Amino acid sequence: MFGVRSVITIVFVAWIFLAGPSVPGGPAEAFASMVQVTAPPPAPPVPSAAPPPYTMKESVAEMDARLVVCDPDAPPVSGAGVTGIFAPESPPSREIRDLSYLVFGICIVIFVVVQGFLVVAIFRGIRDRRLASQSGNDVSAEPVQVYGSIPIEIAWTVIPTIIVFVLTMVTIRTLRDIDITTPPENSMEVVAIGHQWWWEFRYPGPDGEVVTANEMHVPVGRPIWLRLESADVIHSFWVPRLAGKMDLIPGRTNYTWFSADRKGIFLGQCAEYCGTQHAHMLIRVYADEPADFETWLDHQRKPAVIDASVEVGRRVFAEYACLNCHTIDGLSDGMFGPNLTHLASRDTIGSGFIPLDRDNLRAWIDDPNQLKPGCNMPSLKLDPPELDAVTDYLMTLH
Amino acid sequence: MTIGSGHSSLAPLPGPSPRGRFWESVMQWAISVDHKKLAMMYIGAGLIFFLVGGIEAAFMRLQLAQAGNNVVDPATFNQLFTMHGTTMVFLVGMPILLGFGNYLIPLMVGARDMAFPRLNAFGFWLFIFGGLLLYFSYVGADGLYGAGTAPDVGWFAYAPLTSRTFSRGNSTDYWILGIMVSGFGSMTTAINFIATILCMRCPGMKLMRMPMIAWMMLVVAFLVLVAIPILTAAQAMLLFDRTLGAHFFDPETQGSAILWQHLFWFFGHPEVYILILPAFGFVSEIMPTFSRKVIFGYPLMVAATVGIGFISLGVWAHHMFVVGLGPVLDSFFGATTFLISVPTGIKIFNWLGTMWGGRLQFTTPMLFVTGFVAMFVIGGLTGIMLATVPMTWQLSDSYFVVGHFHYVLFGGTVFGIFGALFYWFPKATGRLLNERLGKWTFWLLFIGFTLTFMPMHISGALGMPRRIYTYEVDRGWEIWNLISSIGVPVQMAGVAIFLWNVVRSLRKGEVAGDDPWDAWTLEWSTSSPPPEWNFDRIPTCTSARPLWDRKHPEDPDAHYE
Amino acid sequence: MTALNATTSNVRLTAPLSRAKVGMACLIFMESAFFSAFLVTYLYYIGKSPDGPQPLECLELNLVLINSVCLLSSSITVVLAVRSLARGAMGAFRLWLAVTILLGLEFLLGTGYEWWGLIEDKGLTIQSNAFGTNFYSLVGFHAFHVLIGLILLIGVFILSLFGFINPARDHQRVDVATWYWHFVDVVWILVFTLVYIVGRVPQGAPA
Repeated sequence: MFGVRSVITIVFVAWIFLAGPSVPGGPAEAFASMVQVTAPPPAPPVPSAAPPPYTMKESVAEMDARLVVCDPDAPPVSGAGVTGIFAPESPPSREIRDLSYLVFGICIVIFVVVQGFLVVAIFRGIRDRRLASQSGNDVSAEPVQVYGSIPIEIAWTVIPTIIVFVLTMVTIRTLRDIDITTPPENSMEVVAIGHQWWWEFRYPGPDGEVVTANEMHVPVGRPIWLRLESADVIHSFWVPRLAGKMDLIPGRTNYTWFSADRKGIFLGQCAEYCGTQHAHMLIRVYADEPADFETWLDHQRKPAVIDASVEVGRRVFAEYACLNCHTIDGLSDGMFGPNLTHLASRDTIGSGFIPLDRDNLRAWIDDPNQLKPGCNMPSLKLDPPELDAVTDYLMTLH
Repeated sequence: MTIGSGHSSLAPLPGPSPRGRFWESVMQWAISVDHKKLAMMYIGAGLIFFLVGGIEAAFMRLQLAQAGNNVVDPATFNQLFTMHGTTMVFLVGMPILLGFGNYLIPLMVGARDMAFPRLNAFGFWLFIFGGLLLYFSYVGADGLYGAGTAPDVGWFAYAPLTSRTFSRGNSTDYWILGIMVSGFGSMTTAINFIATILCMRCPGMKLMRMPMIAWMMLVVAFLVLVAIPILTAAQAMLLFDRTLGAHFFDPETQGSAILWQHLFWFFGHPEVYILILPAFGFVSEIMPTFSRKVIFGYPLMVAATVGIGFISLGVWAHHMFVVGLGPVLDSFFGATTFLISVPTGIKIFNWLGTMWGGRLQFTTPMLFVTGFVAMFVIGGLTGIMLATVPMTWQLSDSYFVVGHFHYVLFGGTVFGIFGALFYWFPKATGRLLNERLGKWTFWLLFIGFTLTFMPMHISGALGMPRRIYTYEVDRGWEIWNLISSIGVPVQMAGVAIFLWNVVRSLRKGEVAGDDPWDAWTLEWSTSSPPPEWNFDRIPTCTSARPLWDRKHPEDPDAHYE
Repeated sequence: MTALNATTSNVRLTAPLSRAKVGMACLIFMESAFFSAFLVTYLYYIGKSPDGPQPLECLELNLVLINSVCLLSSSITVVLAVRSLARGAMGAFRLWLAVTILLGLEFLLGTGYEWWGLIEDKGLTIQSNAFGTNFYSLVGFHAFHVLIGLILLIGVFILSLFGFINPARDHQRVDVATWYWHFVDVVWILVFTLVYIVGRVPQGAPA
């Protein structure tokens, strides 16, 4: 049994399993050295598999519930349906919902008819079997063999074809209403740029472009013509109550549109797998009254607040690597991370899932990976005094 | 070779000692070119991968049972769903279904083996090697987070996430090469199917007298020949991008991320028809036997199958409705997707027509194929909803789609596979599987499957996207995810009982005899298990149901052709 | 029993379809699908290389025409070889087969020489731009298939040298093997048209 062939087999199998990358000369390393053409860029920090030691005081859902509790007019921001497709608050999502009622209705009818026939066939078949065995007939007698029926087969070819034709026509009509290629009248253009794993929103305008991140403000009742681009991989913009989703594809510009019916916060998230933290690329769309929106936009256009009491923190930000990635208008010009000019005017950080308060922000800056394992922001390993200083500084950036 | 002794090919040959006999047996199987042995190895390996893929799914459902859970970290979760999808499609669905084709085609058309037995064996070992290569990534691949990273780019591996920049290390290369190699295996199987069916049918077996499974496998083989090479080409392009610095899918240098999607889905959609058509074949064989009635409308069933095959080549961009193709292309592909529901519906109606007026015996195979019809109707109807382009704009990439395709691939293909396993196990091994355990398997799988996948339609409609390792509390998704996760142990129990059934029946199952189900196709005319040469004398085919003609000489099927 | 007898008279009276022919047809079908992907991709990328070496400046027709003439006439010579085998003229068979192999070798060497010039003089590599990527992939995979076909033909040639080819028994087999060679030629016609005629457009011009 332990002949030469077995020995060779065992040695080979052992080599395979022992030769992980840690063993030089193993098959994995041989292959890896064959395929590496250029040295890969340095890997981001390894996320810890253990539960993060820092826990947030409240979730974003709880925060949202607090935010809108005083406003009976606003649509709900937590609970079932907050991102449901059957609670539209915008024309495209409403058209989709109406169409889906029709389609769903047709499907229910088909379901009842087909499954009904199935159930009846089952019961009849069981009954016939019982009758046949009880009546003492010749055991080998089989039921009547029906090879087919041209009229019936024609019927169940033609009727589905008609149903399908109707569905196609109805679909095309709705499609042409929503899938428009030119901006709707009186629309405002906003640009959404997808990054791994946050959203950049830009508001082009004659008075200067406003750049913000993760939280988009729009005026109620005005169509938004959303231009979608990507800085890295494919993402997808999906806020179910406002519109269907549309992908953000690098090298390509897509457009979608919506128009919020009511004031409130509309939630969504990235809907195309884009890497490690795809799950935490949340979207928050704030629909404001038009006057409030203009106020917001004007405020976002201003340069960053300069508060002398947090000068230490401001210097920490400027002297460390922060300024390489982040833009603070008047201070730095980084392109890799979200614009922080008016960070403190936002409700969340981390792309929508961490409420913005001092403790959360401090924990984030200390080590982003403890809250969002795998995200691209490294920990700069600041000393506690520096950490506190820069946190205080950022909290002043209203 | 022991020709003429009626010696079953399953028992080990006599040898010098029990140990020697065991290794002799292993050698017999390892060097075999017999289509039956290869088929059983295909199915056995596929079932092992099924367990592995199921464990991957179980971990995912454990993680998703509650919001903000920490069972697995995001990197691991992303590997889990990638490997689960890749395993189930390429290492479970295709090998098991093509394995059944391998087993049944020669027996059903009255041939002694496949057209190219050595090519057959080569294909099997390519599949095994490809699968092992893919799984070696868990041990040997470098990834974003160090050693031992399986591919984590999703089973459809969209560019540019798969580029060197965003998928560092070589875990994605394992995905490419593992699938490419096992794809070559599928292609050799397809060549064998077509050559055998077209060239080696027994005397009297015109094409329109072939069993339905043979038709399904013929269409599937053509789909494989069209679709898999396109995947191979796309993967070669990706490999060039990753290793030679080519610019196929690299948007930074005017490459096109959409091109990958077009190529992949041109393969990907026929692929899912490759996964369902053989299961349709199983239903078309099993249902008549246990309804004691001929299949209703054989010619229309054949026409519908061929129609599905052709139309399936023209629907691929329905996976790309949210990519922004524009209203013209969206409308076209929406129309073709609606169109393909017509021949599919025809098949369902014909099965109902077969059952109607029959005397139904609800043996385990019949339970599974009836469950198939019921589940497939649901999956097909959610497919209609997804064919409605504007609805897909909401539902694409959400759990609604996950629910849809599990209904057709699990409630469809997997149920069909279980039905086929119970139906043909006696033929392959000579022993029947236990009926009581079989019924337990069916009901546990049915209940567990419904618990897991029905709520996904709801969480999808509530806005839950796919491929997220966790989700916000208070979106209303948690209860549905919890129910889905509860279905997992129920399914695991069903599978465990099935495995126990197999082990037990192999040793002391009831002896089956040639024709335990009183069926009508040619494989039931030879012994169980068949000798290596299949038939002592090549049979003559007198109609679509040759054994019916023998058993009912006063009223043969040939009169109704 | 009469019913059974009546239907057995439907037994096939003509010779059954040849497995080898069906198998080879399937292989060719499969390879056609594979090449279609690269052809369509090439078509898509025509005119989409803003920088780097351009088709109009890189691709010279002279050498490629010689290569094409050799490859396409090798299809004729291989047909002559098969006809000789059918007649039993083993000497002529080996001669025409050798000519075919030499013509195929010329194609491969000519392609290699062309690539050498492109890489050294024009700086066109698979990395330079979309044109380079698509050119080397498409032409490269075609050349690879020429190599496979050549190995097939060389194998047959060597077998015939050792007397293993029997005209009566192997005529059909060798014929089927040459189908692969004809397929490779047909693909070359498509590749040549797409790369050297349709694709040799100035930057920015649509195909």
